[in-house]
Amino acid sequence: MIYREAGQYKASYQADQAIFPIAQDRFVMLALLAIAFFVVPLVATEYVYRAVLIPTVILALAAIGLNVLMGYCGQVSLGSGAFMGVGAYAAYNLAIRLPFLNPFVCILLSGFVAAAVGLVFGIPSLRIKGFYLAVATLAAQFFGDWAFLRVKWITDYTPSGSVNAPPLQILGWDLSSPTANYLVSLAFAVMLALGVKNIVRGHIGRQWMAIRDMDIAAEIIGVRPMYAKLTAFAVSSFLIGVAGALWAFVYLGSWEPAAFDINRSFQLMFMVIIGSVLGAIFIVVMPIFLNQALPPLGAAFGWRISTATVSHFEAMIFGALIVFFLVVEPHGLARLWSIAKEKLRLWPFPH
Amino acid sequence: MGFFLEVLIGGLLAGVLYSLVALGFVLIFKASGVFNFAQGAMVLTAALALVRALDVFEQWHWPFGVALASAFVFAAVVMAIVAWVAERLVLRKLVNQEGIILFMATIGVTFFLEGMAQTVFGADVYPLNIGLPKDPLFILESLFDGGILVNELDIWAAVIAGLLVTGLALFFQRTRIGRALRAVADDHAAAQSVGIPLNQIWFIVWLVAGLVALVAGAVWGAKLGVQFSLSLLALKALPVLILGGFTSVPGAIIGGLVIGAGEKISEVFLGPSLGGGIEIWFAYVLALLFLLVRPQGMFGERIIERV
Repeated sequence: MIYREAGQYKASYQADQAIFPIAQDRFVMLALLAIAFFVVPLVATEYVYRAVLIPTVILALAAIGLNVLMGYCGQVSLGSGAFMGVGAYAAYNLAIRLPFLNPFVCILLSGFVAAAVGLVFGIPSLRIKGFYLAVATLAAQFFGDWAFLRVKWITDYTPSGSVNAPPLQILGWDLSSPTANYLVSLAFAVMLALGVKNIVRGHIGRQWMAIRDMDIAAEIIGVRPMYAKLTAFAVSSFLIGVAGALWAFVYLGSWEPAAFDINRSFQLMFMVIIGSVLGAIFIVVMPIFLNQALPPLGAAFGWRISTATVSHFEAMIFGALIVFFLVVEPHGLARLWSIAKEKLRLWPFPH
Repeated sequence: MGFFLEVLIGGLLAGVLYSLVALGFVLIFKASGVFNFAQGAMVLTAALALVRALDVFEQWHWPFGVALASAFVFAAVVMAIVAWVAERLVLRKLVNQEGIILFMATIGVTFFLEGMAQTVFGADVYPLNIGLPKDPLFILESLFDGGILVNELDIWAAVIAGLLVTGLALFFQRTRIGRALRAVADDHAAAQSVGIPLNQIWFIVWLVAGLVALVAGAVWGAKLGVQFSLSLLALKALPVLILGGFTSVPGAIIGGLVIGAGEKISEVFLGPSLGGGIEIWFAYVLALLFLLVRPQGMFGERIIERV
């Protein structure tokens, strides 16, 4: 009854082609954005910012990026952790080598560097697909791990291999407070997500989906696979790279190559399987929850639960959930959401 | 020349061990079309079960041979349980899904197994002694100055790998179950329609892969100690698969040898000029270059696609 579009007439092409053609969707989205931008800063504490909100927003952006590749273009990638790393180190190098650049400009530019690297590692996708490609993207991951650690130029010859981000400021404003960090990440995420949403609705997005659904058929009806696949790799790597730069500059501050190892890639894949934003919330909150809940729970049964055990439990839950979601709904929560929407439109009537 | 040969032989022997891990992948892929990322986690699980059971039996003062045999039986039972659960809870539910979804599901299985095995059996480094000699050996001393250094354990590992492959070949060619497995590998639907029970076959093939994992875990564990890094062996075995082809047992062996030798030679002769540590990606790049030329690998079946 509430979610009904009767009476909403679309009188122009513009209204018909809008991102959210249904008024209720528009309203909910605007409300969510208003809450995220205005209400959250009023109530959140520094701990909540640092431990939950900032990582969630940045990882959600990375997951949206990977979703372009995996969800829309159907190319599985296990190298996304390395692309985050490329973004982070590109931003770092831009910041130290071109000191007149604002850190935020560096973050945006780093996306283009990541996109270029993504293009190179996307080339095998023209020849191979499926898990062959997944394995090939692992090459990107391992090459990245190695380069961040061993190619000293990338880390500016710091002896420990750990590097520091420049202070975040814009036009003399200091943006290093947690609230500012959060708002900056959120602004990046929202703007880029909006951009991607528009790309996906356009002709490039259609081509990606055609390739995903059946690449040979798509080729026959005139989609150029090379163009479609490489643009998907580039757009996806751009977003992941920006997310990586944000992760390094805004969230970590100083970091080592291990921040972008293969586990990050698996985490991102997991987020995409669950659904980008929800997955990000899950991946950030679950370890905190387990760390808080398991030791007292164990104590209640008289067991002593170490942090190692907690991380093993985390791995188990993580793995079980991947399988669970794939078994219950291989197309992810987004599919469940669209089914729910269809049902809601008719509710409470059966037809 | 002597040094080059030493590096080459060391690489080839390490390659045999990669082949052992890659073999498990090939078995499952052939029989069920599932690319089982969890093979490395299965190696870890099997090795942990083996070493922990052996510790316990030795504490009970069983004679070494009996304790070792019992530990192997215990680890085999653990692998059987893993195979059964995987078939029941994962494969059966995902019948008819695309290969890539099954692949991601096995990544989930990997995490689950890693967490589970380390929770149940502990997460330290356990030295494993399965009675194989570990002495360094000098061979061909008459040909080269000082001879060529090889590890006796590696030679035993090669012998074991050879026996295992022969055994598997016999199993696949000569037994009823082996024939059924080959039928399923060829065509699921046709095999099912002549009365081969798919679920049972999948259980058997996961069990066989589990046993191969047990052998690989035992040999690697004896070499390096049983520890979490065994699980990462799966990542080492992937380029082997790409090179050899996903469907070919000889491919896994030869791919393993090529990767093992290539890795060591590149590390020793190319590594210093690149800053070292190139082992980890060299194999991947080698495999990737190969893929661009022959997407199905050296011995893989030709991929033919129809709309």
